[in-house]
Amino acid sequence: MIQIEKVNKWYGSYQALVNVTESVAKGEVVVVCGPSGSGKSTLIRTLNRLEPIQSGRIVIDGVDAYGPHVKLNAFRSHIGFVFQQFNLFPHITVLENCTLAPTRLRGLKPSEARDEALTLLARVGLAAKARAYPGELSGGQQQRVAIARALAMRPPLMLFDEPTSALDPEMVGEVLLVMRDLARDGMTMVCVTHEMGFARDVADRVLFMDEGKVLERAVPSEFFARPEHPRLRQFLSDIRTPFAEAA
Amino acid sequence: MIELIDTYWLYFLVGQYPHGPLGGLALTLILAVLGLLFAFPLGLVFGIARVSPWRSVRWPVTALIQVVRGTPLLMVVFWAYFFLPSLTGQNTDQFWTMLTALVVFDAAYLAEIIRAGIQGIGKGQTESARSLGFSYLDAMRLVILPQVVRNMLPSLVNQFVATIKETSLGYIIGLTEVSFIATQINTQVLTRPAEVYLLLGLTYFILCFGLSRLAFWLERHLQQRTMAKAHA
Amino acid sequence: MTPIFDLNLLLTGTYHDWLVAGLITSLSLTGISLALALPLAIVIALIRLSPVKLLQWSGFAFVEAIRNVPLLAHLLFWYFGAPELLPTALREWLYARNVEATSAIIALTLYTAAYMSEDVRSGIRSIPGQQFEAARALGFSFVASMRLVVLPQALRVTIPPLISQTLNLWKDTSIATVIGVAELMYQAAKVESATFRSFEAFAFASVCYLGMSLLITGAAGWYQGRFPVRTA
Ligand SMILES: Nc1ncnc2c1ncn2[C@@H]1O[C@H](COP(=O)(O)OP(=O)(O)O)[C@@H](O)[C@H]1O
Ligand SMILES: [Mg+2]
Repeated sequence: MIQIEKVNKWYGSYQALVNVTESVAKGEVVVVCGPSGSGKSTLIRTLNRLEPIQSGRIVIDGVDAYGPHVKLNAFRSHIGFVFQQFNLFPHITVLENCTLAPTRLRGLKPSEARDEALTLLARVGLAAKARAYPGELSGGQQQRVAIARALAMRPPLMLFDEPTSALDPEMVGEVLLVMRDLARDGMTMVCVTHEMGFARDVADRVLFMDEGKVLERAVPSEFFARPEHPRLRQFLSDIRTPFAEAA
Repeated sequence: MIELIDTYWLYFLVGQYPHGPLGGLALTLILAVLGLLFAFPLGLVFGIARVSPWRSVRWPVTALIQVVRGTPLLMVVFWAYFFLPSLTGQNTDQFWTMLTALVVFDAAYLAEIIRAGIQGIGKGQTESARSLGFSYLDAMRLVILPQVVRNMLPSLVNQFVATIKETSLGYIIGLTEVSFIATQINTQVLTRPAEVYLLLGLTYFILCFGLSRLAFWLERHLQQRTMAKAHA
Repeated sequence: MTPIFDLNLLLTGTYHDWLVAGLITSLSLTGISLALALPLAIVIALIRLSPVKLLQWSGFAFVEAIRNVPLLAHLLFWYFGAPELLPTALREWLYARNVEATSAIIALTLYTAAYMSEDVRSGIRSIPGQQFEAARALGFSFVASMRLVVLPQALRVTIPPLISQTLNLWKDTSIATVIGVAELMYQAAKVESATFRSFEAFAFASVCYLGMSLLITGAAGWYQGRFPVRTA
């Protein structure tokens, strides 16, 4: 589904991605973790070309993302993207957020789009909020709507960039539940997240990034039980025992 | 163009002075400076009255400000032109007419800037000053207004730009400020109106653009200082 | 014996007709200039926001060149200066028509568009970049993202300042007097010199200006109540 080959990316003189080569199979769920600033967002954003790259190749579902003939908008509409900050459109209702792209880009009739959107909203547990405006929802609810909005384009692939990091702790669970449900249905997913419970239970593979490089990749059981790279060991102990020093 | 400047630059800058009354760009500037200078204290009083806790103060001033802001400056100028003489009992010349109109008009606009400034500083400051035992007026004078006036500096420069532009209306009542002088020059030269008025526009532009850049710079400077303080 | 305030003068007869004709001209000037200035303002704002440096810069130059010169000087230029630059045939064609009103509309349109473009620009900039990005991530094109996501939100933020620019435009039409456009102020002055009833003539004009201003201010208040700015 995804082939990433020797991708390099610079922000000015700062190299944010260093020779990244990875692949993700259809139906696979990959979790990406790593310290802040390690290039996780950059990597996931290059997958739907929100960021340009300077060298390398990314092929998604047979389409060369940075190739000269790619129809960028159509390409992006086949990849669902969920942002850390939700980024719902605040001027229209929850339902309209979910029907805007399908009616305009998939050519659905308003009534069809509406039915599909309501089904999706029911799936994320928010059918009752269809007429609300985003500003009237909690963070967790907004993020679930954002997932429904992305799903409304029926993408074969979903990308998540720290979908729970901006949430209050009590709302993290509801969003992860939706994501778990998606994974169970066979969706191909790449998730940047620090929710290690999610990684352990749901991921098929976990990647660890630092300083723009993927330092380790393994199935969750290996990843957590026998971390090889010293940086990863440090990282895992940091997130497991945040108050270690005090204890 | 050069030849035009060469012949008329002095007339353009000062009018007939010293053989007649001062005019031209100098008059424009004097009018703008005096206008803002007199409008400021009046605007301050109006602005404070606008947020006064006493209705009998707040309402009439609010009404006055709304009336002035809903009226074109030219209307104010005409009222001053036709009715100042009967009000003061003596003939008022164009200079004082224009100055009066500018002061009344600008005071109403400054009052709104000051009101916004006072309200922007927020209840917290007033409340903490009041809880220390200051009277309402002392809290205003010692705590609120010093902050408002300091934050206001960029707005004042912008208002000065607006005032310079407003002085051009003196043209209509025959005041010999720079637009009027330009038209005089145009009547004398006759053949090159485009150049004459381009020069006029350029003159205003240099003056006003320079000042608005200054206001922009001041604003950024103030912001940075406030942020530096907040971090300290 | 003439009454102190001759209301009849305003309600019927020739002078009444003159004043009403002036009012209609002022309203038309406002309407036409607004209709032309709005799209122009949006184009200028988009130019200033474009990623091309040269475009950004020319948008900036246009806006500053216009804002830093008084409307009166613009009017003088477009009325006295600009026609000289036209080819003779076109000039004569123009003079055979209403050259005063044409010049006034050009000046008012450009002046208003310059100010409005700044409001549109800051309205667009007030919408967080992630909104645009989220639209692009869904597969919308640049234009569709702007049209469906950014502009509708920016509009909510922008309409109130645009209404207040319309108020300024309404008041600014009075300055067209200077080039002899027979708008409200011009007609009031004409009635004044024909009848020496300055008070009645100016009272009529003032009430019209003020009444319309109040309507416009009311519209801004209504809009903000009806279409609140929503944030997530
Ligand atoms: N637009 C940008 N311009 C310059 N540097 C950037 C930009 N975005 C990210 N970076 C830098 O690239 C590095 C990786 O960023 P990011 O991918 O956001 O990290 P992560 O998501 O892992 O926290 C960081 O050092 C960050 O400062
Ligand atoms: Mg990130």
